[in-house]
Amino acid sequence: MTVLHWATISPFLLAILIPFLYKYVRPIHTGWFVLVLPLVLFVYFIQLLPVTSAGGVIEQTVPWVPSLGINFTVYIDGLSLLFLLLITGIGALVVLYSIYYLSKKTEKLNNFYVYLLMFMGAMQGVVLSDNLVVLYVFWEITSVSSALLISYWYHREKSTYGAQKSMLITVFGGLAMLGGFSLLYIMTGTFSIREIIGSLDLVTTSSLFLPAMFLILLGAFTKSAQFPFHIWLPDAMEAPTPVSAYLHSATMVKAGIYLVARFTPVFGGAAEWFWTLSIFGIVTLLWGSISAVRQKDLKSILAFSTISQLGLIMCLLGLGSASLYFGYGDETALYTTAILAAVFHLINHATFKGSLFMTVGIIDHETGTRDIRKLGGLMTIMPVTFTVSLIGLASMAGLPPFNGFLSKEMFFTGVLNSSELSIFNMQTWGFLFPILAWIASVFTFVYCLVMFFQTFTGKFKPENYDVKHVHEAPIGMLISPIVLGSLVVIFGFFPNLLAYTLIEPAMASILPNLLEADERFYVNIYHWHGFNTELFMTIGVIAVGTMIFLLMKKWAKLAIYQKERDPLNWFYDHSLTGLVRGAQFTTRIQMTGVLRDYFAYMCVFMILLFGYSMIRYNAFAIDTTNVTGIDPFMWILTILFIGATVVIPFINHRITAIILVGVIGFLLALFFVVFRAPDLALTQLLVETVTVVLFMLAFYHLPELRKESFKPRFNLVNLIISIGVGVLVTAIGLSAAALGNSANFEFISEYFIQNSKELAGGYNMVNVILVDFRGLDTLLEVLVLGIAALGVVTMIKLRMTGREDV
Amino acid sequence: MKSNEVMLHTLTRVVTFLILAFSVYLFFAGHNNPGGGFIGGLMTACALLLMYLGFDMKSMKKALPFNYTTIIAVGLLISIATGVSSMLFGYPFLTQFFEYYQLPILGETELTTALPFDLGIYLVVVGIALLIILTIAEDDA
Repeated sequence: MTVLHWATISPFLLAILIPFLYKYVRPIHTGWFVLVLPLVLFVYFIQLLPVTSAGGVIEQTVPWVPSLGINFTVYIDGLSLLFLLLITGIGALVVLYSIYYLSKKTEKLNNFYVYLLMFMGAMQGVVLSDNLVVLYVFWEITSVSSALLISYWYHREKSTYGAQKSMLITVFGGLAMLGGFSLLYIMTGTFSIREIIGSLDLVTTSSLFLPAMFLILLGAFTKSAQFPFHIWLPDAMEAPTPVSAYLHSATMVKAGIYLVARFTPVFGGAAEWFWTLSIFGIVTLLWGSISAVRQKDLKSILAFSTISQLGLIMCLLGLGSASLYFGYGDETALYTTAILAAVFHLINHATFKGSLFMTVGIIDHETGTRDIRKLGGLMTIMPVTFTVSLIGLASMAGLPPFNGFLSKEMFFTGVLNSSELSIFNMQTWGFLFPILAWIASVFTFVYCLVMFFQTFTGKFKPENYDVKHVHEAPIGMLISPIVLGSLVVIFGFFPNLLAYTLIEPAMASILPNLLEADERFYVNIYHWHGFNTELFMTIGVIAVGTMIFLLMKKWAKLAIYQKERDPLNWFYDHSLTGLVRGAQFTTRIQMTGVLRDYFAYMCVFMILLFGYSMIRYNAFAIDTTNVTGIDPFMWILTILFIGATVVIPFINHRITAIILVGVIGFLLALFFVVFRAPDLALTQLLVETVTVVLFMLAFYHLPELRKESFKPRFNLVNLIISIGVGVLVTAIGLSAAALGNSANFEFISEYFIQNSKELAGGYNMVNVILVDFRGLDTLLEVLVLGIAALGVVTMIKLRMTGREDV
Repeated sequence: MKSNEVMLHTLTRVVTFLILAFSVYLFFAGHNNPGGGFIGGLMTACALLLMYLGFDMKSMKKALPFNYTTIIAVGLLISIATGVSSMLFGYPFLTQFFEYYQLPILGETELTTALPFDLGIYLVVVGIALLIILTIAEDDA
């Protein structure tokens, strides 16, 4: 275990201590103890920056299940370090924020911080793991801890609904992803991402390439709330706001982005990868931004906004993967811009969305509502919150001079470049990308305006709020959003701070194949890039967006604006209830609780299975070569036997039926005599006698009421089934005899005949086999009889009286 | 004792001994002729059942003060012990031996370890047949 491994699992270790700290150190808010860890980790990861920015990587392995090739391998390159800094940095800010957000007196802080630390550790594990199985394990821990955090206020129905929804969707995707990982393992024989990238030709030429790709994408799309799996994210807003800020804007929803970026070297350059990512990304972007406009709840707006921004990043990753198609060249440089934009926007989104969630949390905390129809006029009352929100919203809308503007410009550049792309049939439909992106940006601008103006401007109406004195939040609560807000500004003014340290190494790990040794991407981001199409697009966004907002009074009356809920939820809810109903239905029609039905199933299954295999393998055969003649008395016996058997179902009287069964048994004994088996005949006679006595005894004890009520009913299905079974068994018997004849086996009975006297000292071969050659069988059969007898005694003598539970 | 079943009682007394004798014959004949522990056991059980039918339960209990559960256990133990004893001499479980001896009255006789094994089976079969039937018969629920 190296320091890096300890760093990865340290949140889990601390999580073990949290309940004790919570219980025994009550005066201090538990969050303070938690805060130390992400800070330390952040500092630790910061000092690894020089390594990755110089193009180096850190790889350390601890064996876990070496026999299966599963090792806890941590691997740090530019991409994972970027995520690690996001996780620990925003983690520290969120913990600080939660200290002031969650009350020490009323909340179960031990639960909260244990879940949060679990999540943090799992997220670190996801981005650090080089081994796919380890990655999957951590991936599922994020799903579980996320569901736990969403249902933190578990007494609320909406919380548990949201938690269940997110759990079902993300675990569904997670399992699909595990399938994809397994396929990759089948193709390459290794679980290590590095080695898979190393043996890329094995993957790209395999027929499993596409299934693996789509399964892994399913995992990424469900986690990153891509269309149509985004529906869990708005319902996850029932979680406490620190959780929403951390999980549902900055870290967990980006796990899918991370996965896609991580696997770009493996799958990128294929048309399916390019199209799937770009189309789903742009659809998510558009859908999210349009849905966000309709929301009335601040957190819901932010949720849909997150969805749309994730779609934007996903789309960019898709478009950027085209550069892998070209190899290294001038076109490549053009399309790597998309990857650059994706990485840059990833950072930007984490900063401004985190701060926005926190300010919304403050507004909720201080006013008691998040409904934009009630809010208003908070500008002068909460000046700090107002300032931070303004910065965040402006950045999200893509206004200069904030970082959102830069990444949005780059996004436009990316879509414009790719619309001219001449691969993958892009030239046909490529023009749609800039248009859709532009429309989505307009709506993004609109909901930013809505959020801003509805919350902060207008007249302050105290009667709207449950809280008596609405005032600015305490300073502790404001630190985190201020830090994130200032990062928005700093990254806006000095974007190249990030370029060398974070973005270039991250790009290098997304597109490693494009770089020769000792080469690196050169990123230079600057605000002013002349009067080009992108700038005019932004101006258009602002103009049209403002116009739409000004006309809000008119379109706000439309029915579509009034309905907040995503129409796709209908499918989720109905498929869930449909699933339960369907399961109940199928259970009801087959699990009747009637023994007769189950017996019929068994018989039918037997007929189908054996009948099918007889036909399939052409196994039916009749062979009369070894058949001996039939004597007249055998005919008589057979006729009597069949007659007695056929009559039984038509007997209405129990005792008569029993006697007939006895008759059949004695006839069987006669058969044994005819076929020269004296021991069997004797045993059969005696057993039959004892059985009939037993039957008589049992029937004597039948309850009075139902005495003699035995009247077999006719049932066609049962008749068919029984005839089927009879025919089948006959066919099997005939075929077995015929095939046995043709197979020319040497019978073991010869051995017994020759050796029974010599080896066992007995002339009665049957008895010698029973007690000597195969004595073990006899011993165990006797044991069975003994158990049966004891069972009868137990059932009768030790019967419970009254209605006691067994 | 029911007074008007003199014929049945008298016959039972005679016939039971005949059946018992036959069952013992079957048991010993097993190795060389039809018969053996299983059939012998069933036959003995039939003889005893006849007695149970002829006489009432109370007097039968006085006459045959056996616990049939114990008989099952003893029978199983005898069979298993036969199997285990061969292991003591280094042979596999349930290896049977036989040898011819000159006995005082019987003349040249074959003695085999299969016989105690069969005896165990005999006892178990007698035990279970009677135990099951008597338990059900005694049940008055």
